[in-house]
Amino acid sequence: MSQLPTPNPPVTADSLPFWEGATDDRLVLPRCNGCAEVIWYPRHFCPRCGSADVSWFEASGQGSIYSFTVVERGQGRWAEHSPYVLAYVELAEGPRVLTNIIDTDPDSLSIGDVVHASFDHSEDGRGVLRFTVR
Amino acid sequence: MSYGHGMGLRGAAHIAGVYEHPGRHLPDLTVAQIHAQVAAGALADAGLSFSDVDAYYCAGDAPGFGGLSMADYLGISCRGIDSTESGGSSYLIHVQHAAQAIAAGHCNVALITLAGKPRTGGAGPGGSISQSAPESGFENLFGLNVVAGYALAAQRHIYEFGTTSAQLAEIKVAASQHASHNPHAFLPDAVTIEEVLESPMIARPLHRLDSCVITDGGGALVVVSPEIAATLSRHTIPVLGTGAAVKHSTAGRIDLSHTGASISGPAAFAEARVHPADIDYASIYDSFTITVLITLEDLGFCAKGEGGRFVADGGLLAPFGRLPFNTDGGGLCNNHPANRGGMTKVIEAVRQRRGEAAEAVQVPDCELALAHGTGGSLATRMGSATLVLGREL
Repeated sequence: MSQLPTPNPPVTADSLPFWEGATDDRLVLPRCNGCAEVIWYPRHFCPRCGSADVSWFEASGQGSIYSFTVVERGQGRWAEHSPYVLAYVELAEGPRVLTNIIDTDPDSLSIGDVVHASFDHSEDGRGVLRFTVR
Repeated sequence: MSYGHGMGLRGAAHIAGVYEHPGRHLPDLTVAQIHAQVAAGALADAGLSFSDVDAYYCAGDAPGFGGLSMADYLGISCRGIDSTESGGSSYLIHVQHAAQAIAAGHCNVALITLAGKPRTGGAGPGGSISQSAPESGFENLFGLNVVAGYALAAQRHIYEFGTTSAQLAEIKVAASQHASHNPHAFLPDAVTIEEVLESPMIARPLHRLDSCVITDGGGALVVVSPEIAATLSRHTIPVLGTGAAVKHSTAGRIDLSHTGASISGPAAFAEARVHPADIDYASIYDSFTITVLITLEDLGFCAKGEGGRFVADGGLLAPFGRLPFNTDGGGLCNNHPANRGGMTKVIEAVRQRRGEAAEAVQVPDCELALAHGTGGSLATRMGSATLVLGREL
């Protein structure tokens, strides 16, 4: 659990299975039934092959840092939380997802570090996908 | 004619007029007024008037309903209208679309305008994701801002290729030296590598001086048919090559090391039938120093990963560097109206081709100039557009 801003996410019918999983701290992703691509961001459409036939499955929650930045001067409500770590994490299933690395010393991070999913919860109970090095 | 069915747009249109608003701080003008001032300026530069215009092009900075409100404000009788929105690359795409329309006989005189007041108008820096965007729930929750998005690309480039912050700073240093010859530049003072590296860190590894300025202002272009161009006394510049691309996040397989320039650049060079080594001057969109470095690689001015070495040791300095760039000072120093740099990139490229850049930075015998625009978020969901402006056919 981090102290970062965690507003209620904009849940839509298109992304609902992801948010239902995240509510229970599970990373649920769509996989295309046509070409088997694991799709990010979550939606009922495969941008690789054009199919709208997808299945939802629980992913491992394991990944590694593809890139990260320590934001020293955040904007808006993020200003008071600076510095914080914004990153792309490459999931074990393939996609690279925008996220925060939490509960860590920013100076200790390197690209390639192994990280694990950790959900922060918004006021309405939804889970927001972040990662920790532990 | 060198163009026709399937033959591309080489020489299909000329840029006949350009105008850059001299203001950087315009609290007393509306955005519509700035659009009108730059439109009048570009038409006067071309030796044309509003009654000659038969097609109007603008992007999301134009106030009102697409292009309709400003076309109505300006009183333009349009046979063609286009409000393609791809951020800072929009205006180069408009040049391509205008050349297409002219080649098809759908118009003869196209007006393209940009204006904005991010400095005094209350609008924040551009590039934010609207709440209605389908990706918003997966990108808006993490403190992403424009600098941070580009910082992610910079960090990855440093990791993959050993690029250094000092090499990135060289880009700002060259731009600042050019800006010192521009009386309108928002930041007219030359800076050193050390000053860039000692400026406040915004999002590692990008400092404040790795970032573009925020200014009011605007600019306009007039694109005409070769037949119209032949009737004008002004030096018109043929559009030799155009390229446009949308690079997306590829179902999440984001590649931060390549931009859409790797697609739009080769397309523009092929259409123009020239090579990167032929280019005498390049206007490269410079929202941040890293934007320039990756774009130079993607356009083929150097190999992927070699950008740091290419820009080092004054590689981008006019008039005699490896590739003189952004001789107006660019977005890093001169201006960044509406938080969109594509328009001013075309304008300075036209000045170079005409021999009308500031004397100290005018590239001698500048026969081939390139302009490149970038819009959206670097390498992840972006529009790229490249123009090659050339010698007479």
